[in-house]
Amino acid sequence: MSKIVRTVANQLMLFVLVFGLYVIIHGHVTPGGGFQGGAVIASGVVVLIVAFGSGHIKNSLRERRLSVVESSGALLFILVAFAGIGTVFFYNFLVGSQIFGGIPPTGSNPGDVWTGGVIPLMNLGVGLKVTAGLSAAVLALALFSSGEEMEE
Amino acid sequence: MTGTLIGNFPFVAAVVLMGIALYILIFRRNLIKIVMGITILSSSVNLFLVTLGYRTGGIAPIYTDAPEGPMVLPVVQALTLTSIVIAVATSALILSLVIRIYRHTGSLDSKKSRRMKG
Amino acid sequence: MRQFFAWLFLIVLMVFLVIGGFEMVHPFGEPPSTMDQYMIDNAQEETGSNNVVGAVVFDYRGFDTLGEATVLFAAVTGVLLVLRAGEKKEET
Repeated sequence: MSKIVRTVANQLMLFVLVFGLYVIIHGHVTPGGGFQGGAVIASGVVVLIVAFGSGHIKNSLRERRLSVVESSGALLFILVAFAGIGTVFFYNFLVGSQIFGGIPPTGSNPGDVWTGGVIPLMNLGVGLKVTAGLSAAVLALALFSSGEEMEE
Repeated sequence: MTGTLIGNFPFVAAVVLMGIALYILIFRRNLIKIVMGITILSSSVNLFLVTLGYRTGGIAPIYTDAPEGPMVLPVVQALTLTSIVIAVATSALILSLVIRIYRHTGSLDSKKSRRMKG
Repeated sequence: MRQFFAWLFLIVLMVFLVIGGFEMVHPFGEPPSTMDQYMIDNAQEETGSNNVVGAVVFDYRGFDTLGEATVLFAAVTGVLLVLRAGEKKEET
């Protein structure tokens, strides 16, 4: 595409990344969470693919790196779920302890990030998984239509 | 009877969308149109789920700086989240199969790719 | 003949669904709910988060999120598997 589109897409990706990470991390205070933030960052990657062409992006986003990020997100989710196995599976064992352990006052209040127990860690895991998965799927579709294939 | 006739209109809107999607699925033969019909069917079910949990004069179920009023039901919104993500994943898989069928048989008509030979 | 039966099936189904949408659902705006009222009242002290929908997705109904993560993983693997340009045939 033309020089204006490529420059604007370059500068825009930074703001999309910051906004997506804000939506993922504040999942227990404001509306949002892992799935919504992952979709925001994946749409930023789609803007880059449309502006630069899929053959150019293929060198930076290889299949093995994306697959490592996606698998580590899924493993983080499952490990945090198994860590409370003393009571039940998926037990919220961080409520009242040091990390992420505050309890908000009942009713309407200005929110605090250091609350929520085990929920912010699960949001992070799901956010990584959705970002890597949707980017890999769109990149595979774009590369197959233009005749090449994904590198290892 | 007239009270429920006008008041229940959001449910009937979701049902009309489902009717349009079923018409596309039964009577159209182009593969891309069938994929669009599946997407509209998923959207109509998600709309029906969200309108099931509305309370009159309600606010969003978030406690950060919340105004006065009763809260709408949160469980229904959680089910809709899961349904939307699964619909996106399924439609990506279906579209990749449609691309393969087009490369193999050369046409997008569903009557031409009906036989199961190699 | 097939067209006639297809139209008959579609019209009967749509009439049933529209009548169901007017009569068989609860009045719009007053859902009968006891489980959701418990979750709205007790989500802040049991899970410690302000977002009740996030607490329901990850704490009260965590198994559904586990199943959804598995479906997403399987679908992305399926897309990457179907869209591989095949190997070149060897010349004999």
